[in-house]
Amino acid sequence: MIKRILTLLTACVLAATLSSPARAQSELIDLGTLTSGVIEALPFAIPSFQPEVGGSEQMAADISRVIAEDLNGTGLFRQIPASAFISTPSGFGAPVAFADWRAINAQALVTGAVAVNGNQVTVKFRLYDVFSGAEMGEGLQLAGTTDAWRRMAHQVADAVYSRITGEAGYFDSRVVYVAETGPKNDRAKRLAIMDYDGANVQYLTDSSAIVLAPRFSPTGDRVLYTSYESGFPRINVLDVATVGRQQLGTADGDMAFSPRFSLDGRQVIYSLIQGGNTDIFHTDLTTGQHSRLTNTPAIETAPSFSPNGNQIVFESDRSGTQQLYIMGANGGEPQRISFGNGRYGTPVWSPRGDLIAFTKQESGRFHIGVMRTDGSEERLLTSSFLDEGPTWAPNGRVIMFARETQGADGTTGLYSVDITGRNLRRVTTPQGGSDPSWGPLQR
Amino acid sequence: MKHLIKAVLVIGALSLSACTNADRFNTTDTVDLNAQNGLNAANDINQTGLGGANDPSSPQFFSQTIGDRVLFEVDTSTLTAAGRATLDGQAGWLSTNSDYLAVIEGHADEQGTREYNLALGARRANSVREYLISKGLASSRIRTVSYGKERPIAVCSEESCYAQNRRAVTIISIGQNS
Repeated sequence: MIKRILTLLTACVLAATLSSPARAQSELIDLGTLTSGVIEALPFAIPSFQPEVGGSEQMAADISRVIAEDLNGTGLFRQIPASAFISTPSGFGAPVAFADWRAINAQALVTGAVAVNGNQVTVKFRLYDVFSGAEMGEGLQLAGTTDAWRRMAHQVADAVYSRITGEAGYFDSRVVYVAETGPKNDRAKRLAIMDYDGANVQYLTDSSAIVLAPRFSPTGDRVLYTSYESGFPRINVLDVATVGRQQLGTADGDMAFSPRFSLDGRQVIYSLIQGGNTDIFHTDLTTGQHSRLTNTPAIETAPSFSPNGNQIVFESDRSGTQQLYIMGANGGEPQRISFGNGRYGTPVWSPRGDLIAFTKQESGRFHIGVMRTDGSEERLLTSSFLDEGPTWAPNGRVIMFARETQGADGTTGLYSVDITGRNLRRVTTPQGGSDPSWGPLQR
Repeated sequence: MKHLIKAVLVIGALSLSACTNADRFNTTDTVDLNAQNGLNAANDINQTGLGGANDPSSPQFFSQTIGDRVLFEVDTSTLTAAGRATLDGQAGWLSTNSDYLAVIEGHADEQGTREYNLALGARRANSVREYLISKGLASSRIRTVSYGKERPIAVCSEESCYAQNRRAVTIISIGQNS
């Protein structure tokens, strides 16, 4: 029965967008079928988790709420309100009254219990396929400190998402971005880090110097970013745990920016400006050696490694306008992959390896889009006065980006959207935000 | 089985829910004519001379009379005739006032991605630097920096503002270039 629901979900809900667990990770997403349908969200019920000891009521309610918000936020699931419930579980271990859940058309049921003891919290949950009456996967217990309660809720939601879709989740992850305050002609920028849903914002730098485009390391332990603290744009490496930072040694140049890590975290590719010309360079963090990857009078920037590390996608205006190119990890003659109307920039390789997300400018509008790595099946996901800078969720299903509104009072904000173009959402941040970089699932 | 299929079935046509219109802000001219000129400035206020714009060796003369900035067409770094005329004046001033060093700041308007605009600003700053060097200034006196689209001076989202933001500004100071 578990298998049945998985198969059904994969076949009906997600086949167009997600590859099933049986398929190879590297398989291409079938973008073609996406254009022909809309997905109806799967109805699920999550009765507030049971407080197992006195004083756990608030924590139980909060954890249940965050799990529901995670699942609702995907657009793939739809929470049935508690007011529709016919019965609620009498206890975590009590038999489930499946008929009551079938009657309100719940497809999946999440039950759980929470116990707070001092600064320790324990969360238990089970997931059921309501129509078969079978449990999906085994019950799971998470234990940690109370200040990590949101992470525990995200981990439960990741498990539910993963069991139903066959895909890895992305809720227990963080995003580093640039927090923005002040008017357009006097904007203050600070590096900030937050949970993927905008909770727990912490600032990593002050606003004394312009900071731009932070990029997480693959394990989330470090952040590369561009800083003007020397008076000129230079790349810094910041240790997330200590918030200590140091300037990255680069090849000789007037300015350095647009850095990204390799998947092993030991290489950095970036743009360097020499005599007004921007090319792409590579620095090995282990050996400290630098190498040049492009050598043209055109602007080459925004490099991003393929997940296998063999290739780099980047933008160049060597044809006369910004377009996307792929070259080998050591440089060499690149292949142009973007051929549509307009200008293409800020390419980012999907963690699955199958797609490249980009910013496109056409006829005075900005779009976030995706295309296959050969440039085929281009698909624009958003459209506005100014959308830019896509970053991938760790499972390659969702893209976060920055949107700036038009005019003298223009402000910036973070948004997320499915790679299908569905489920556009504002990510709530305390101030304006730009240049998001989505980190890995935490461990 | 059928029930579940129905509940999750793919139906209808895909819509780009992303197409919310962000173009709803009225753009306003924010120049305040009274803010900096101080129309009644002489009354009961101590004034200290900073070297007026009439003193040809003053930084004010450089920035106001000669002009500290040149403007560029969309997505170009080619100097215009007006820009070259301004830079001829800058080169002459810097030749005479040889204690001064210059940093050329390159800027772009907001119509572009952040990285590309940084690179474009660098091209513009470098165009100015190369021109000044061609007029006989020592290359060691002139550095460049690009701010891309990070430092607009005009905030509306119209060509009238964009034209002011596509600029290279020559910042002069007495000191040593590191």
